[in-house]
Amino acid sequence: MRLVVVGNGMVGHRLVSALRDRDPGGTWEITVLAEETRPAYDRVRLSAWFDGEPLDLPAVPGVEVHLGEPATALDPAGRKVFTRDGAYGYDELVLATGSYPFVPPVPGTDLPGCFVYRTVDDLEALRAYAEGRSTGVVVGGGLLGLEAANALRTLGLATHVVEFAPRLMPMQVDEAGGAMLRRHIEDLGLTVHTGRSAARITEGQVVFADGGIVRTDLVVFAAGVRPRDDLARAAGLAIGARGGIVVDETCRTSAAHVHAIGECAELGGRVYGLVAPGYAMAEVVADRLLGGTATFPGADTSTKLKLLGVDVASFGETTGPLDVTFTDPATRVYAKLVLSDDAKTLLGGVLVGDASAYPTLRACLGGPLPAPPLSLLAPAGADARRPLPGAAQVCSCNAVTKDTILAAIGSGAADVAAVKTCTRAGTTCGSCVPLLKGLLAEAGVAQSRALCEHFDHSRQELFDIIRVRGIRTFSELVARHGRGRGCDICKPVVASILASLGTGYILDGEQAALQDTNDHFLANIQRDGTYSVVPRIPGGEITPDKLIVIGEVARDFGLYTKITGGQRIDLFGARVEQLPKIWRRLVDAGFESGHAYGKALRTVKSCVGSTWCRYGVQDSVGLAIELELRYRGLRAPHKVKAAVSGCARECAEARGKDFGVIATEHGWNLYVGGNGGFRPRHADLFLSDVPTDVLVRTIDRFLMYYIRTADRLQRTAAWLECLDGGLDHLRHVIVDDALGLCAELDAAMAAHVESYVDEWRSTVDDADRLERFVSFVNAPDAPDPSISFGVERGQRVPVAR
Amino acid sequence: MNWILVCPYRRLQPERGVAALVEDEPVAVFRLHDGTLRAIGNVDPFTGASVLSRGIVGTRGDAPTVASPLHKQVYDLGTGVCLDAPEVRVPTYPVRVRNGLVEVGWAPC
Repeated sequence: MRLVVVGNGMVGHRLVSALRDRDPGGTWEITVLAEETRPAYDRVRLSAWFDGEPLDLPAVPGVEVHLGEPATALDPAGRKVFTRDGAYGYDELVLATGSYPFVPPVPGTDLPGCFVYRTVDDLEALRAYAEGRSTGVVVGGGLLGLEAANALRTLGLATHVVEFAPRLMPMQVDEAGGAMLRRHIEDLGLTVHTGRSAARITEGQVVFADGGIVRTDLVVFAAGVRPRDDLARAAGLAIGARGGIVVDETCRTSAAHVHAIGECAELGGRVYGLVAPGYAMAEVVADRLLGGTATFPGADTSTKLKLLGVDVASFGETTGPLDVTFTDPATRVYAKLVLSDDAKTLLGGVLVGDASAYPTLRACLGGPLPAPPLSLLAPAGADARRPLPGAAQVCSCNAVTKDTILAAIGSGAADVAAVKTCTRAGTTCGSCVPLLKGLLAEAGVAQSRALCEHFDHSRQELFDIIRVRGIRTFSELVARHGRGRGCDICKPVVASILASLGTGYILDGEQAALQDTNDHFLANIQRDGTYSVVPRIPGGEITPDKLIVIGEVARDFGLYTKITGGQRIDLFGARVEQLPKIWRRLVDAGFESGHAYGKALRTVKSCVGSTWCRYGVQDSVGLAIELELRYRGLRAPHKVKAAVSGCARECAEARGKDFGVIATEHGWNLYVGGNGGFRPRHADLFLSDVPTDVLVRTIDRFLMYYIRTADRLQRTAAWLECLDGGLDHLRHVIVDDALGLCAELDAAMAAHVESYVDEWRSTVDDADRLERFVSFVNAPDAPDPSISFGVERGQRVPVAR
Repeated sequence: MNWILVCPYRRLQPERGVAALVEDEPVAVFRLHDGTLRAIGNVDPFTGASVLSRGIVGTRGDAPTVASPLHKQVYDLGTGVCLDAPEVRVPTYPVRVRNGLVEVGWAPC
């Protein structure tokens, strides 16, 4: 049996993958005709493409996919579909052609600089065009329009949003919600024009119907989509009054053996523009193709989104017999619940600014409220987490109920990842992941947080124990709160905590025994047991004289020399007994330890900034040096890297760092939680256009809160991903001071800055501390005979063993 | 058995090691938390680097251990057996304190 699927979007892909899952015997031979030239990708997360995130959906094995080969004609009587290259016969055909962007019929929309926002190709073209330009207009203030506006803003353009309706997101939120959303968006520096429409586009400007004008370099049309029904229309299939291929509740069209699913289908006069109903239709067709009897009952259009950093959710009806509303102008939160006239049944609602109650409310739609309405709406309402009924849908994207999830947990799914794999819950938009965690906890599945065999505590718990009880030694800690004498896991953790709490030179007294070899020898061990030495070069700025000193030291000690990714110089091949002599030379020339050996701040990289660069808008080198000197020596759960860029061109690659700063015309933007490494992640925007003092204060708190609460060897990116409430929680804690912690965090950082001393200098100035830097304790002048060097490209390298 | 002088006992820090040359063999000598000493070969069998004296001393169960500073394999300081790969072991040496001086025993073959 031969199935042809026209369309390789998310819904077409879901159909194919659902069919393959349920048809292991391979009853169906599947061919997919795709218009786009790239494999199926996640269009819901399209904007994440700008962050370099992969969007690819998993490839489905055993399916013949023809990329870049759109269907051009359909012959339902002959059961054939045609492309430019040939014809494909079918037993059953599924149309999953999706939609096309609606561009208003006004003059000038075909000029260069006019774009739509639908495919990765559209985004590529938009990004290329935006390079070096300054202003952009988005036509459309709905969901897609605000996504596009965020993209323009990310590209560094001054952004205008034009919406014909009197409020933003007219389809999803009510008037008050739209007004709150507007405030949030204007706070970000965007210009919002509601109740206006574009009458024509001319070179360099948009002219409104009311005669007003906005000058702009480019225009993005994101004013909605229309069903892609041209193929079906030409083949004579029934088409809805406002477009869309008419289907029944089994997704059959008016032609035999032809089905339509997703945004191109029209059921009962309605076209669904969201992915969840499309997925449900795909599941129906997959079931029916294998002889099942599933039907599509219609779907609700609940959505929860983060648009321009603002949480927006709407579900069910947005107006109705009884409303309960909550407005807080201070925190810019608006919430509304729509109730039945006896105030007992939840019919729908709107949330703007804080959508934390969404998963619970969404799951209670059509049923009784789990708690009094106001306690559900108040943002701090922890009460929002009431037990859900078993039939409540936890994941609305994939239609997974609480009972299904509990069954998966019961049969062994022990963490969120396993629940996702078993049930598909949480795999689409991810908004129900906190609920999944809650259900795991409710089912009594506890994750062990024990650090190692010596402690039953997590790093954060140990941090609190040490801080609150004033513990100063490992022996005291392990005697009172652990067992045994520790290991290479817990000892460096305790060393790092003690160092973060400011207990002085890290190699004195019992602390010496806790340090990993790198911290113990204040250098980085290499494969042959020699060490590398990295002096600090703050911000990557160095005088010719100091550069010469590094060269002389490297030459005199025969060290292999390499420039690092953090804009400094690494000197390799130093034997233990040479380290103090090397440091002495470097320290005397004004260098200090670069802490390349520590789980600590490494570098603050910078571009050359406004001092020299014709594009720079701020002194990025100056700020990088200030930050590097402020945080040098700060011990953390893992290494910390940072960067400062002097303009939006981002030459310092700040978004790939734990914290990154990018200069704007008005101040600085702060990004947090990025890293390169094994799993690269771009940092998230945390503050916009702030002055230097606010920036530094926020970074102080960010680092201190990370140091206190992260797990062992957890970079800031993973820490943020695990932090309950994520970026919003972080903002509550370190910007709004919701936990009252800020004074303490500020004091801790002030104490660090105050007490910093160079570890190399403290070592070379102290005879006792120098004792350990010998090759052999009974033959201090004999070099280690196991170390030998060869020469490669003119430098000394270890001889391979 | 020859006893080779390593260093004064006070040179040893609790729960750290030092490297010594014993008849041209590199040996790692450790002082445990209870003040007693252990000696094993200093060469990490996985890399050939002479580094075990620089590892972190601790316990696994009741056994005193050191973890290689390169790739963190853990060795039983009593038997020399690598607890993460029991087919691998490093040599062990007798060690004693006489008149405040640490000595490692060496049996000529």
